[in-house]
Amino acid sequence: MDPFGSPERIALADTVRGFTQDHIAPHMDTWEQAGEIPLALQRAAAATGILGVGFPEDVGGSGGDTVDMTVIIEQILAGGGTGGVVAAMLTHGIATPHIVDEARRRRAAGDRVGADRLLDRFVRPVLAGTAVASLAVTEPDGGSDVANLRTRAVRDGDEVVITGAKTYITSATRADHVVLAARTGEAGAAGVSLIVVPTDTPGFTVARRLDKMGWRCSDTAELSLTDVRVPADNVLGFEQGFASLARHFVTERLTLAVTGYATGQRCLDLTTEWTRDRTTFGKPLASRQVVRHTLAEMHRQVDVARVYARDVAARHAAGEEVTLRALLAKQTGVAAGEFAADRAVQLFGGAGYMTGTEVERHYRDVRILGIGGGATEVMTDLATRLMGL
Amino acid sequence: MKIAVCVKQVPDTWAEKKLTDADRTLDRESADGVMNELDEYAVEEALLLTEASGGEVVAVSMGPDKAEETVRKALQMGADSGIHIVDDSLHGSDAIATSLVLSKVLADKGFDLIIFGSESTDARMSVVPAMVAERLGVPQMTFANKVEVAGETLKIQRQTEYGYDEVESSTPAVVSVVEKINEPRYPSFKGIMAAKKKPIETVTVADAGVDAGQVGLAAAWSQVDQFSERPPKAAGVKIEDDGSGGVKIAEYLSEQKFI
Ligand SMILES: Cc1cc2nc3c(=O)[nH]c(=O)nc-3n(C[C@H](O)[C@H](O)[C@H](O)COP(=O)(O)OP(=O)(O)OC[C@H]3O[C@@H](n4cnc5c(N)ncnc54)[C@H](O)[C@@H]3O)c2cc1C
Ligand SMILES: Cc1cc2nc3c(=O)[nH]c(=O)nc-3n(C[C@H](O)[C@H](O)[C@H](O)COP(=O)(O)OP(=O)(O)OC[C@H]3O[C@@H](n4cnc5c(N)ncnc54)[C@H](O)[C@@H]3O)c2cc1C
Repeated sequence: MDPFGSPERIALADTVRGFTQDHIAPHMDTWEQAGEIPLALQRAAAATGILGVGFPEDVGGSGGDTVDMTVIIEQILAGGGTGGVVAAMLTHGIATPHIVDEARRRRAAGDRVGADRLLDRFVRPVLAGTAVASLAVTEPDGGSDVANLRTRAVRDGDEVVITGAKTYITSATRADHVVLAARTGEAGAAGVSLIVVPTDTPGFTVARRLDKMGWRCSDTAELSLTDVRVPADNVLGFEQGFASLARHFVTERLTLAVTGYATGQRCLDLTTEWTRDRTTFGKPLASRQVVRHTLAEMHRQVDVARVYARDVAARHAAGEEVTLRALLAKQTGVAAGEFAADRAVQLFGGAGYMTGTEVERHYRDVRILGIGGGATEVMTDLATRLMGL
Repeated sequence: MKIAVCVKQVPDTWAEKKLTDADRTLDRESADGVMNELDEYAVEEALLLTEASGGEVVAVSMGPDKAEETVRKALQMGADSGIHIVDDSLHGSDAIATSLVLSKVLADKGFDLIIFGSESTDARMSVVPAMVAERLGVPQMTFANKVEVAGETLKIQRQTEYGYDEVESSTPAVVSVVEKINEPRYPSFKGIMAAKKKPIETVTVADAGVDAGQVGLAAAWSQVDQFSERPPKAAGVKIEDDGSGGVKIAEYLSEQKFI
């Protein structure tokens, strides 16, 4: 049976689309101007369980898997939300799993107290929508090459002392804590650890709030860390950072794949309606073969991307190893989104170039998808390795 | 407190509604079925009341097989269990028959409140709550935009054209709600999952103790003999403003008896 066609997934889709129409779409302009989403949105989303999906109930989540996550992102876009809202509202999706993993490791090792310390302070409040988490990996010197990051954390008794800089960090101007990648050991991937850093720790500052082309409702920060002291207990496994990041790349890439094609689908829907209503040279745009072919091509790319990504999501949920497929899904989803957004702006004509037209926003928002979460070229490089070339 | 909420499945509000050629009843297959919008407010009110002071919410729907989706939706929102009254003989039932079956099913089950939406989007009769109250011999507290229960006293604000009346009764009682009363919740992810395991009891006309001859199309008190499509929109009247536009518009409106 199609895992996306179950009565529960259909009900989830209705909930998320309705939630988006009521609580997100009417506020998009305000949030884009403010440069951030309000915490109230996080709380409302938590009440519907959206924030907790993908996290088990015993850590404060709602349960659910990658298929449910796929449904959620598809419907945020279908309901009039944007890639920027997905990034801002669900930032914890890339940050919090690392903390959950460490808590589970501690539980398995018999350290219930240590596990609960992490869960109660850094996981439950985030899933309840009362706190915000970010993931801080990228540095001014480089983002693609994670293994060579320069931020250092040095152990000093029961504490680690962190010094360095991070940039392009989503939601970090609002965050209560960041999951930060720092070097605790040797050079290269094997020396990287993830550390939870509360943002009110002395020495931690938001150096700048960055202005940007798209994702304008999602705040992006440059961070500076000077002798930031946090308990060594906040280290999510010494030198385990790279492995943990790699483990969760699959879901991050699938999320970006879905954001890509779901943006494309929304652009297609808006453009189909527009070309029926808009007349040039005495006929509706949709009556021109060249326009209809464009719509068909948008549909082809979006649907191919959707069917593939959904299949990979279902396989991932079933426990299959999908590293290669997830990155192919990302490339395909992103390309479909970029193509559809570009054609949508074209067919909207001058209106498509105007601020406030929804397709204009998607055109800008979609552009980051091929850069973040593994740039397209880096993905292709990785694909060649996974193919054994 | 034990509360029953009556929920109806109706064709999607935005879908084009059609009558079938066969027996001139509403074609319930051609459009997606959704919970009647006002009934969502009824479910929400029941949930708010029981969340505040404890109790149980039972969702009740009379309708074809598909209507089980609507009972399930109430369970996803948070109702505890459901009753689905389904029987071939019910097809084409009018408000009188519907109220008969509902009241038979609801009687003697110990409900303190029976909450309805004040109107359905398909038939728009707005009489079923009153009829059920009458048949059960309990107070009808209709068009409520606020409901308060203290012990066995029920107070509502009844929405009127210009404001509201304060009305008080004892329980058990029938309540119908208007959309000002609350903001219905979306089923949460947990609610959706939990609803999979909640029981829905299926009840036939015979189970309800109703004679099949009293319900259905043949027993309806009114009959649709024929129907025709709404005429297509006329082109409209265009008034060029050469200085006398205002006067012409006023003349047009008065011709049409708008002013
Ligand atoms: C809006 C936004 C939000 C972000 N949010 C976060 C966040 O929350 N947390 C976080 O840690 N980071 C975040 N990032 C950073 C993002 O992950 C990086 O921008 C990305 O990893 C690329 O790194 P870079 O910008 O340093 O580009 P570089 O690594 O300098 O690469 C630049 C370009 O060079 C090309 N390239 C790179 N390597 C190769 C290669 N080996 N072969 C061929 N071509 C190559 C690619 O086209 C790439 O886009 C965000 C970025 C943006 C713009
Ligand atoms: C920043 C900006 C500055 C501008 N400055 C000026 C200015 O100074 N003076 C001025 O007069 N105008 C100006 N314009 C308007 C510009 O010339 C129009 O936007 C342009 O001519 C397209 O017209 P339109 O927006 O009405 O699109 P439409 O005519 O509605 O066309 C929409 C889209 O439909 C497609 N299309 C249209 N007709 C056909 C067809 N027959 N077959 C197939 N596809 C078709 C095309 O993809 C087109 O982009 C400006 C627009 C912008 C965005």
